[in-house]
Amino acid sequence: MTGSSRSSASSALRPVGDAANFSSNVRLSVEQVSYAYSANPNQAPLFTLEATSFHAHPGEIVAIVGPNACGKSTLLNLIAGAIEPLSGRVLLNGFVTHTLPHRVRGQRIAMVQQESALLFPSRAWEFVLQGRHPYGRTLRFETEEDVLIARNALAQVGAEHLSDRFMDQISGGEKQRVILARALAQQPLLLLLDEPTLHLDIGAQVDLLETLRRLASANRYTVVVVTHELNLAGQYADQVALFQKGKCLRVGTPAAVFQRELLEQVFQTPLTVELGSSGRPRVNMPSEK
Amino acid sequence: MRPLTLGRLLGYCAILAAILFVVVVIALKLGAVPVSLYGLGRDLLRVLFRQTSQLSSEYQLIIFDIRLPRILLGIFVGASLAVAGASFQALLRNPLADPYVLGVASGAAVGAIIALIVEPHLALAPAVAALLTPVGAFLGAGLTVTAVYFLGLREGQIDSSTLLLAGIISASFLQAIIMFFMSTLTGGNYRGIAFWMMGELQTPPPHSVSLTLRVGFFLAAGIIYTTASDLNLLLAGEKEAMHLGVDVRRVRLVVYIAASLLTGLAVSVSGAIGYVGLLVPHVMRLIFGSDHRVLLPTTAFGGAIAVVVADTLARTVVSPAELPVGAMTAIAGAPLFLYLMRRRLA
Repeated sequence: MTGSSRSSASSALRPVGDAANFSSNVRLSVEQVSYAYSANPNQAPLFTLEATSFHAHPGEIVAIVGPNACGKSTLLNLIAGAIEPLSGRVLLNGFVTHTLPHRVRGQRIAMVQQESALLFPSRAWEFVLQGRHPYGRTLRFETEEDVLIARNALAQVGAEHLSDRFMDQISGGEKQRVILARALAQQPLLLLLDEPTLHLDIGAQVDLLETLRRLASANRYTVVVVTHELNLAGQYADQVALFQKGKCLRVGTPAAVFQRELLEQVFQTPLTVELGSSGRPRVNMPSEK
Repeated sequence: MRPLTLGRLLGYCAILAAILFVVVVIALKLGAVPVSLYGLGRDLLRVLFRQTSQLSSEYQLIIFDIRLPRILLGIFVGASLAVAGASFQALLRNPLADPYVLGVASGAAVGAIIALIVEPHLALAPAVAALLTPVGAFLGAGLTVTAVYFLGLREGQIDSSTLLLAGIISASFLQAIIMFFMSTLTGGNYRGIAFWMMGELQTPPPHSVSLTLRVGFFLAAGIIYTTASDLNLLLAGEKEAMHLGVDVRRVRLVVYIAASLLTGLAVSVSGAIGYVGLLVPHVMRLIFGSDHRVLLPTTAFGGAIAVVVADTLARTVVSPAELPVGAMTAIAGAPLFLYLMRRRLA
């Protein structure tokens, strides 16, 4: 491999090109996106997502919160371009995500899904190298650059020591870090996470969000995370979008969205909200009921 | 971190090619007419380098005109079935999928039989007519895999046990249809029930068909190989693969068609040989790991080795009688399969 043929090696660590023009501005813009799902075309839709809009900048974390079946994951799939919106559009640096070619989408958007079962166990490093797939050529033998990037990704999530372990032999928290490392190996502009803290204990949850916060600032990712953990969202997100039954009720800073009456109405349970010294809200269940 | 390199891949293939060569020499030696092992190895290399003039004619007839074509047929049939099995396993995310279990091989057999029935009624040149059987088998395989795929869906998702049940039931249904055809048809070149149900390599196919088998194998296996790293990601699930830049719909379509072609080709020349597509990929995965860039070529060699060994045993253990090669693969394969299944569960 000569230097000139892969001169993009170092710059590939941060995508450039169209990103450069926008990096100071809005990176992700969700514009009046709606969606309807029905089992067959003649029936009334079983599920709808009403027109939703928000914008996010590089380095920002957006948390999508709400009760079960409120359309959070659907919105994430719409943002990822995996499904086509019924109306509206999702723009990533000015490109409609749904119409991007598969490979390009894989280079710009990384998705961390809820845990999926592995049919045949692979080692953590093999798993992370999968993140280089969108950059490969036909037979895709990994280059030294790919290995370097994968190694960096593991280091960034503090998981170098897991490199040679099998994916089915590490803990849930460790696995989630390796999955995140694979997403980082994609060198995305946009990092999407679907309930990444679902099966993690509280320590691992905080750890993961700390890591996300650090990565978003350091690598200028735009992060969109679907979560059930209101307090983690309140603590780490720059923006929160609150959903109920397919409707986006409010988008704004955690302090603006986490209003007691609103949350009690959405989650149908008595709650208290207090503002910490940092201006970040904390949501609690009242001690006596 | 030790990512795959071309050198390592070629090294694995070279080892397996050497094993295949040794197996072929032994298979050539075993049989009613005794020949020396050393002489065989030397003469096989001569044939490979096209210096056949130095061979005695009687010897050449037995070894190279009777035994070798059968072995070559076994090589391509085994490789085709094994690669088809590995592909179905990845696409359906099911380690127990293979052309035989899914009923695809039986579907191919029904297609081939129908082609044989239709063929005399069409005025075709003999070389073209001979190709009708593989085409029928391919269509039968393709239709069956499509049907089984949709029968295996539950709420829009492939469900492992539903899929296997759909496959097994389809297989028994299609085998009943084969029985029906075989009992009602008389005369004509229909081969026996044992051929279509168990598979055998006894009768060499016409030249145009064996040529189609070879070209078809390299074409279909080559096409599947271009999707090797996509298949690695598909194993993790279609959604995950999509988010990693895989055009899931295209890969799925291409690999289904190519794997059906491999199954159809193999079945049209050798009947439905079971267990090769199931077990060979498993064994290769245990040895070389589950990366399809390694798995597909090593599986092709492994399938070739397995079928040549099985066929050699099939024609020697009860000599002078012969077993169908499929009986041999089942005798060896079923217990091994049960062992692997229990090991997975443990």
